[in-house]
Amino acid sequence: MALETNDRGRGAPAPEPVLGPGHDYTTVTDKIGSMVLTRGFRKEWLIGFALAFGLVNLFLVSVTWLLFNGTGVWGLQVPVMWGFAIINFVWWIGIGHAGTLISAILLLLRQEWRTSINRFAEAMTLFAVACAGMYPILHLGRPWVFYWLMPYPNTMGLWPQFRSPLVFDVFAVSTYATVSLLFWYIGLIPDLATMRDRAKNRIAKVLYGIGSMGWRGSARHWSRYQMAYLLLAGLSTPLVVSVHSIVSFDFSVGIVPGWHTTIFPPYFVAGAVFAGFAMVLTLAIPMRHLYKLHDFITDKHLDNMAKVMLTTGLIVAYGYLMEDFIAWYGENEYEHFMMLENRPFGPYRWFYWGLILCNVIAPQFLWFRPFRRNVYLLWIISMFVNVGMWLERFVIIVVSLSRDFVPAAWEHYTATFWDWSLYLGTIGVFLSLMFLFIRILPAISITEMKELVHEQHHHAGRQGDGQGHGDHGESHS
Amino acid sequence: MDVTHPELYGYLAEFKTPEDLVAAASRTREAGYRNVEAHSPMPVEGLAEAIGFRKTRIAAIVFTGGLLGGIGGFAMQYFASVMHYPLNVGGKPFNSWPAFIPVTFECTVLAAAFAAVIGMLFLNGLPRPYHPLFNVEEFSRASVDRFFLFIRWDDEKFDAEQTRTFLQGLNPESLSEVRP
Repeated sequence: MALETNDRGRGAPAPEPVLGPGHDYTTVTDKIGSMVLTRGFRKEWLIGFALAFGLVNLFLVSVTWLLFNGTGVWGLQVPVMWGFAIINFVWWIGIGHAGTLISAILLLLRQEWRTSINRFAEAMTLFAVACAGMYPILHLGRPWVFYWLMPYPNTMGLWPQFRSPLVFDVFAVSTYATVSLLFWYIGLIPDLATMRDRAKNRIAKVLYGIGSMGWRGSARHWSRYQMAYLLLAGLSTPLVVSVHSIVSFDFSVGIVPGWHTTIFPPYFVAGAVFAGFAMVLTLAIPMRHLYKLHDFITDKHLDNMAKVMLTTGLIVAYGYLMEDFIAWYGENEYEHFMMLENRPFGPYRWFYWGLILCNVIAPQFLWFRPFRRNVYLLWIISMFVNVGMWLERFVIIVVSLSRDFVPAAWEHYTATFWDWSLYLGTIGVFLSLMFLFIRILPAISITEMKELVHEQHHHAGRQGDGQGHGDHGESHS
Repeated sequence: MDVTHPELYGYLAEFKTPEDLVAAASRTREAGYRNVEAHSPMPVEGLAEAIGFRKTRIAAIVFTGGLLGGIGGFAMQYFASVMHYPLNVGGKPFNSWPAFIPVTFECTVLAAAFAAVIGMLFLNGLPRPYHPLFNVEEFSRASVDRFFLFIRWDDEKFDAEQTRTFLQGLNPESLSEVRP
């Protein structure tokens, strides 16, 4: 019944607020500022950071061992030359995409519920891209000559080979990292000015002052700022679609059965958004609990994110279905073998069925409101998706490579300790950066929350029946 | 034209709500002041128009940046693969333009994004760590919860006494002299 009222009338005000009641400019600033501008550390933060930092050390050990001994320390062998490194590269870069979706695409669609999660999701993008960006270098046999992938005039007269998707990757990932960083930093400037003006500590004041570049909230500045921000959102939207499409070209441009599939670009993008929203939920639910952010990250936000996850999950499920259908319909015996025999019944069948369980079956619970409203169930489902999307990349990459055209070149791939340690290590790098971010920078955009406060006040003032409206909203939560 | 006046940089009036600020800005503009600036913790709709600021050149700058990036990106690949060192790679034509599109696209976005950020900062005169307004104690709330109107000394209509009286007439929360 509540859903029915929700859907009634497009022009009607949203019945459920995206900001808790009773907030004004000062309380919003204080609440978000107090996450950063306090002395000392929370116990939970210290424990979490210590664990994550332990994994950073594992990362450093794994990289050292890898650079010292070469990629032979991994479980790669001749038919399967792409293993964990590429799986994790695609997995991490996919996770990054939800941040851009939340900050850019939802801005263009004027979805105001994005305001309290965008900063956090953008930070997640940056750190996920930082983890992803290391793999294309580390998985090179000779990583010290990685700069040959860049176009620069050199005494050898050589250029990168611009027909390879791996060269596209260099441009796509470096552009994505740079533009995401710029977008995130531009969004931070007014908030850093707020931090500068609120900080009591002299050093903090100076550091935030440097970061804020002397921002003083002038109306002319805001006007240019908003235009630049909007244009960056407009640029990031095709960018995010292109980046994961280009990542999918790494496979779809190849001739390997299971790879050479035209559906990959949109299906990889949908999978990236799916995985990314799962990771946003995985991180936002504990953070909201720990920092008591229920007024800002409301149940409505979690509900909406779950719906986006369900939508993209269905696109991904459609992708699986189409791969199988075309294998049957196309009558290419290699593709038929790959999709309809090797994946579901071959030596890696449990990876495939795990993937179906995690990505196709688990998200179906999100159709039901009680599952979207229960943070514990939602968190469990998002963990399923995180694992499922990792399995998807494993199935596409390893399962396709291990048994392709020539049966004499079939080989089983098993990951070694160093594959796992590097993967766990990047998780540590990601989480450490997230912990530092939450401690040092405002995790929620103060400026945009104030715009929300302003809109609500304005709205309440114009309606003149704010009380009745409030009651209406109450009945749904 | 910035800091040549010896004593007074301008007057700063403080307001409690964005609506008050927009109303005060409109009245200041109607009274004939041109060097008016408004400061708010978040963008306020209609405020830029109220102080007489209509159009930014950001969009043109971004478009130019994107155009140069796109042309530059394609030209680089064409030069490398067709002119400077043509190689037979997998039997593909030297000018294999469909394969050049992804890099061209990324170069377009990268250059346009840099143009947006650098253009915005440049037009806004940032970074600028020191500004006379920061000398005013109340101004530290401009990024938190207060709204400010500022009239600069070099305005044609600016007169130490008259402007002060005029701003008092707008009923601000506080009125401060800004020293350079």
